[in-house]
Amino acid sequence: MATSEPAATDTASLTFPPTWNRRHLLDLESLSAAEITTLLDTADKLKTLTDGCRRKISLLGGRTLANLFFENSTRTRNSFSLAAKRLGADTVEFSSAGSSVSKGETFVDTAKTIQAMGVDWVVTRHSTPGTPHLLARELECSVLSAGDGAHEHPTQGLLDMLTIRQHRGSIAGLTVALVGDIAHSRTARSNMWGLRKLGAHVIVCGPATLVSPRWTELGFEVAHSLDEILGRCDVLNLLRIQFERFQSRPFPSVHEYANRYAMNGQRMRRCKSDILIMAPGPINRGVEITPEVADGPHSVILEQVTNGIAVRMAALWLLAGAEQGTNRNHE
Amino acid sequence: MAAWKRSTRPPYCHRIDAAGCIVAPGLVDLGAEFREPGREEDETIQSGGAAAVAGGYTSVLCLANTDPPIDTPAGVELVRRIAQASAGPRLHVVACVSEGRRGEQMAQLGLLAEAGAVAFSDSPRPTGNSALIKSALDYCRMFDIPIFDRPVDPDLVNRGVMHEGCVSLVLGLAGLPTEAEDLAVARDVRLAEATGGRLHVGPVSTMGSVDLIRRVKSRGIRVTASVCPQNLWQTDEMLRSFDSRFKVHPPLRSARHVEMLCQAVADGTIDAIQSGHMPRSREKKMNDFDQAPFGASTLETSLAVVSTRLVHSGLMSWSTAIERMSTAPATIAGIEGGSLAIGSPADVTIIDPDEVWTVNAEAFLSNCQSSPHDGEQVRGRVIYTIVNGEVRYTRRPALEHLAIAGN
Repeated sequence: MATSEPAATDTASLTFPPTWNRRHLLDLESLSAAEITTLLDTADKLKTLTDGCRRKISLLGGRTLANLFFENSTRTRNSFSLAAKRLGADTVEFSSAGSSVSKGETFVDTAKTIQAMGVDWVVTRHSTPGTPHLLARELECSVLSAGDGAHEHPTQGLLDMLTIRQHRGSIAGLTVALVGDIAHSRTARSNMWGLRKLGAHVIVCGPATLVSPRWTELGFEVAHSLDEILGRCDVLNLLRIQFERFQSRPFPSVHEYANRYAMNGQRMRRCKSDILIMAPGPINRGVEITPEVADGPHSVILEQVTNGIAVRMAALWLLAGAEQGTNRNHE
Repeated sequence: MAAWKRSTRPPYCHRIDAAGCIVAPGLVDLGAEFREPGREEDETIQSGGAAAVAGGYTSVLCLANTDPPIDTPAGVELVRRIAQASAGPRLHVVACVSEGRRGEQMAQLGLLAEAGAVAFSDSPRPTGNSALIKSALDYCRMFDIPIFDRPVDPDLVNRGVMHEGCVSLVLGLAGLPTEAEDLAVARDVRLAEATGGRLHVGPVSTMGSVDLIRRVKSRGIRVTASVCPQNLWQTDEMLRSFDSRFKVHPPLRSARHVEMLCQAVADGTIDAIQSGHMPRSREKKMNDFDQAPFGASTLETSLAVVSTRLVHSGLMSWSTAIERMSTAPATIAGIEGGSLAIGSPADVTIIDPDEVWTVNAEAFLSNCQSSPHDGEQVRGRVIYTIVNGEVRYTRRPALEHLAIAGN
């Protein structure tokens, strides 16, 4: 539990990486391998400094984070809030339900209004791809994407990579399969770019209606049979089927999907002995993953949640630091 | 259009020095939206007309997606009257093909034709109902008036906002598949063949459309097609910015399609280039990418884009470019213009083929300042637009067209 008194931990051990100069975190596709590594290294350090993301340090006191969510979220929103609070910053919440957005105010107007309240970071989630990029063009403060439609979810990609790295020491050379609804998954896209930049072999696996053959043109391995790739994988990341986004059903039945793609005890026995089972959550138990696997010894699902706070602390600190040296002074 | 010998020249004529310039028949646009009545926040007949003459257009066919839509003779009359009072291009009305643009029943096509409509279309809304378009093609044989269809199969477009391909896959944006256009073109040309009606498909944007049109034309079927300048230049890579000024319709396709379209315009498979002017207010375009409407202000850049992309690149001559932007569209619409022959209307566009300039959408005369070409450097510019013998637009100081005293 967080202590109310900020501890005087030696945050002096934390030195700002001189090469970091980004003000926004919009996607992983545009980051370099070095920048991703900086984010992960910083997340590891902050996780240690906060005793596993549980204690508060006053690294970013006096600053304010605004959560600007136009889509439902509990985990990501709370994770960002906790990350800000662990670093001593304040948070303000904004959700679209009952807000001016329903009164015809544009998305950008809403964000500018929030910014005028004096915030340092806007964390945004929206069902339309590119909304964080639009805000980054229009706002003065730092913008962090908490997911934009089917485009990217950069902090989810980072926390998945951090979890893999903590278990394996390195990402280079690993074979990672993303299984399920690749078409609608922002988590898949952020993982794909991030993992590839750090040297992993990435397989996207799922029904042909949800895994485009065009991914091959972009250099990723495409598979439609989980059983065929199972034995080669070091990590399986099981993505949620996003039933709410379908216009017409991309597979005949949930039963048929689970039959081909659900990770169950039987399939576990054909995996490498040190396989990591991940899921970005929320999970449809029995669809993508059976309870025995989700709660089994290879599952790192709960570690992913803790690491989510770590990478978000890292992102907030780095983005805030990138503003130092400009005429904005929050001390 | 008339010619005089030096000795018989009227006493007060104006002299325009067009040395080094191209003197062309005025450009004719097959479909611009002027949004009046009812959607004046996007464009008015006045502002759209000013943009048209600035872009070298002397005749414009305006589309019926107004509010209410132009589906009655009174609607045609209203637009023509407003246009006569403003010093823009000649305005011709493309009236609705269906009642209320609902795509169900034919509008009063005969009465609309009598009122002066030169073509029928629900564009930019596609005519999804095959029975309706078949009836309209059949019925309009009586008036020899063309049906314009924007070819889109509504079942396949879903919630698409950009070309479906590798870029849409990476961006996570819903795609508009090329086959949605191909299927509609296939249906349209088959119905044109079956009925013998006059069909114009456009704007088109895919290789599949080009292929289909080429094949039916080779069989002698009376079908024409058009394309928009932006689809001859820009690709879906532009969408990586998530900037809604690139959300245009037809969508910016991949490079293969762009190349094929350019060739098809050069070899005449595609008959005409139309502006695709689809103005939408800043407030609407400022929304997130899914919510922002399709549309762009293109009247003021069409000629420069064609000049830069097709003429200066060596793909076609100036005379071919002018044919595609003036003569062919006038013929398709069955209107006067598109010619400098003696006896034709005195509609002239004078172009400096070598002026290099940078597109600045904020300086547009159109109410809509959203342009996919904003900031691009282009070569070739309209310097005079003359409608019915009257200078409606010029970039040259007034001093240059001084009256010549005496003979």
